Amino acid sequence: MNQNILEVDNLHVSFKTRNGAVPAVRGVSFSLKKGETLAIVGESGSGKSVTAKSIMQLLPKQNTVIPEGTIRYEGKDMLKFSNKEIQSVRGSDISMVFQDPMTSLNPTMKIGKQIMEGLSRHTQLTKKQARQRAKEMLELVGIPNPETRLDAYPHQFSGGMRQRVVIAIALACNPKILIADEPTTALDVTIQAQILRLMRNLQEKMDTGIILITHDLGVVANMADRVAVMYAGEVVEQGTLDEIFYRPQHPYTLGLLRSMPNLDASRAQPLIPIPGSPPDPSALGTGCPFAARCPYTMKVCHDYNPGAVAISESQAVRCWLQDERTPPEHIPAEIKEGRRSTEEAAADAEGVTA
Amino acid sequence: MTTEANQQAAGGASGAGEDLLVVKDLKKHFRLDRKTVLKAVDGISFSIKKGETLGLVGESGCGKSTVGRTLTRIYEPTSGEVEFNGMKIGGRIDRGTKRRLNHDMQMIFQDPYSSLNPRMTVTEIVSEGLVIHNPDMKPKERDKRVHELLELVGLNKSHAGRYPHEFSGGQRQRIGIARALAVEPEFIVADEPIAALDVSIQAQIVNLLKELQKDRGLTYLFIAHDLSMVKYISDRIAVMYLGTIVELAESEALYEKPLHPYTQALLSAIPLPDPDKERTREQIILSGDVPSPTDIPSGCRFRTRCPFAMDSCAAVDPVFREVEPGRQVACHLYDPEIMAKEGRELQHQ
Repeated sequence: MNQNILEVDNLHVSFKTRNGAVPAVRGVSFSLKKGETLAIVGESGSGKSVTAKSIMQLLPKQNTVIPEGTIRYEGKDMLKFSNKEIQSVRGSDISMVFQDPMTSLNPTMKIGKQIMEGLSRHTQLTKKQARQRAKEMLELVGIPNPETRLDAYPHQFSGGMRQRVVIAIALACNPKILIADEPTTALDVTIQAQILRLMRNLQEKMDTGIILITHDLGVVANMADRVAVMYAGEVVEQGTLDEIFYRPQHPYTLGLLRSMPNLDASRAQPLIPIPGSPPDPSALGTGCPFAARCPYTMKVCHDYNPGAVAISESQAVRCWLQDERTPPEHIPAEIKEGRRSTEEAAADAEGVTA
Repeated sequence: MTTEANQQAAGGASGAGEDLLVVKDLKKHFRLDRKTVLKAVDGISFSIKKGETLGLVGESGCGKSTVGRTLTRIYEPTSGEVEFNGMKIGGRIDRGTKRRLNHDMQMIFQDPYSSLNPRMTVTEIVSEGLVIHNPDMKPKERDKRVHELLELVGLNKSHAGRYPHEFSGGQRQRIGIARALAVEPEFIVADEPIAALDVSIQAQIVNLLKELQKDRGLTYLFIAHDLSMVKYISDRIAVMYLGTIVELAESEALYEKPLHPYTQALLSAIPLPDPDKERTREQIILSGDVPSPTDIPSGCRFRTRCPFAMDSCAAVDPVFREVEPGRQVACHLYDPEIMAKEGRELQHQ
């Protein structure tokens, strides 16, 4: 059976500011299996990068508070790790690819040395072997003339090539988990397609679990096995790729999907935007954070934040519309539709097994 | 580029509407040092009809922003003809014409964080153009006009006295749009107006731009790299690669059947927000990077990455020709003479 290599449970992260603590992540739970890709989607400020950085413990210590929650890597709680323990995991077992390939490399250091840095720290390889391995990594990520390119500096590479180097560094120690924080946002579409294909191929070869953070639903559809949708520091909906795209149950997920233009759709159909803008994290009330922008609000939404409701083995939603006490006439057709097909699918599955 | 091609380019979009802007063989070169010249825009021709939206797409560094900036005269063009509303504005222009252009053409910028002066209030930002172009307007009238404009773009009076940092990205972009509309321009160059915004906000801004066009008969040049949004807003789309337009077509036709190999690759590279389609479709993945605009390949600029490159591609510059009514492509695959010489079948009749 596929076992979870990473389990995040009820994670809370807040930042100390002059005006008190601002919660950035509020009770996030998810898990990652070996060789699987989990996409975390959300708008800027929804807490997706903070979640990733708290796994890597890259958040500034002096003003970050993690009041609650656990992050289990292979069963051990990483939040209780000493500095030394976390350093032995970071960069070898779990590594990260950042958004901006222009700033995530050291401009004064040769590419080869930057790849070898992690190898010499985490493995017993000699300098010569490490250089050999660095060369192989460059070859693997598709950089021509790897031998000579080892001695090149980052400014001699284009954006797409730099991102390949960053991926080479991240994968040099055969990590079990790769956290990719908007890895292709800074790149052009044709280069993005190259990088995404590269990540998929490498994942197949090395059986790496990938946490892909992005705001681009197209990239999600291209890469992910499962999806977690974040809004205002919470995972509002989580499910398999098909569940999220074809049977969304949270009004925010539905809104996101509808505001995206589809290449096949005609120009005459207007886009349906989500009105308003995301809430200020320092001024969240007790109600559902999406209530102010939600077209289906009820009285309860403004006063109480809904808990997560599991609606299938893999799908869970935080929305009062999923509550049993919600009268059926309140539930909008779009959401009912998704639900019915879930039930049908379940019925079909039963039919097959019987 | 031949003159014949230019005439075709200018006449290609002939239809009901009147041409507002006609561009012929426009070039903008930047001299970097004694030996290197960066050919950002290298001979492009197109026209935009009144009330139409022309989408201009391409990857970073292809010269699409330079086109917008050259048209609005932020940059002086190196050569070429530009005709706007019957005025020749390609070469040197006098101050009066420039003043008129500053009034008739406005620009919306990509980054709503750096395109608004942080030390000016919203009223000051939006009314700056009015102060310059309507000096006789009374301050009270001007304030009233600013309030109207803010309401038009979905903000309100109470925002008028605030500073840009008090607004979100989407709201700032609305302020930028209000500023552009203040002097009632005819033509707006929107340079990646939604690229810096969140998905749920992008649709708001695109809908706003479309509505404003319908109400006021505006003409847009919409520059973007996000092809899926471009399709929504544009009537016709021009695809740029390394300083030239490789294909120009009606937006639906372009998406249905892209002709130029670069357009085909560009469209197939967009990940679609639909898992079933993503699983089944074949992606064309281009190898390599865009060549440097200081060292452009001979012949066809795309040949170094093109999956169909032939011998002629390195030798002969492809002509930007009309292959169907309203549809132009610069590719040898659609040129009967070259294909006959290569002994290959013409791609398109």
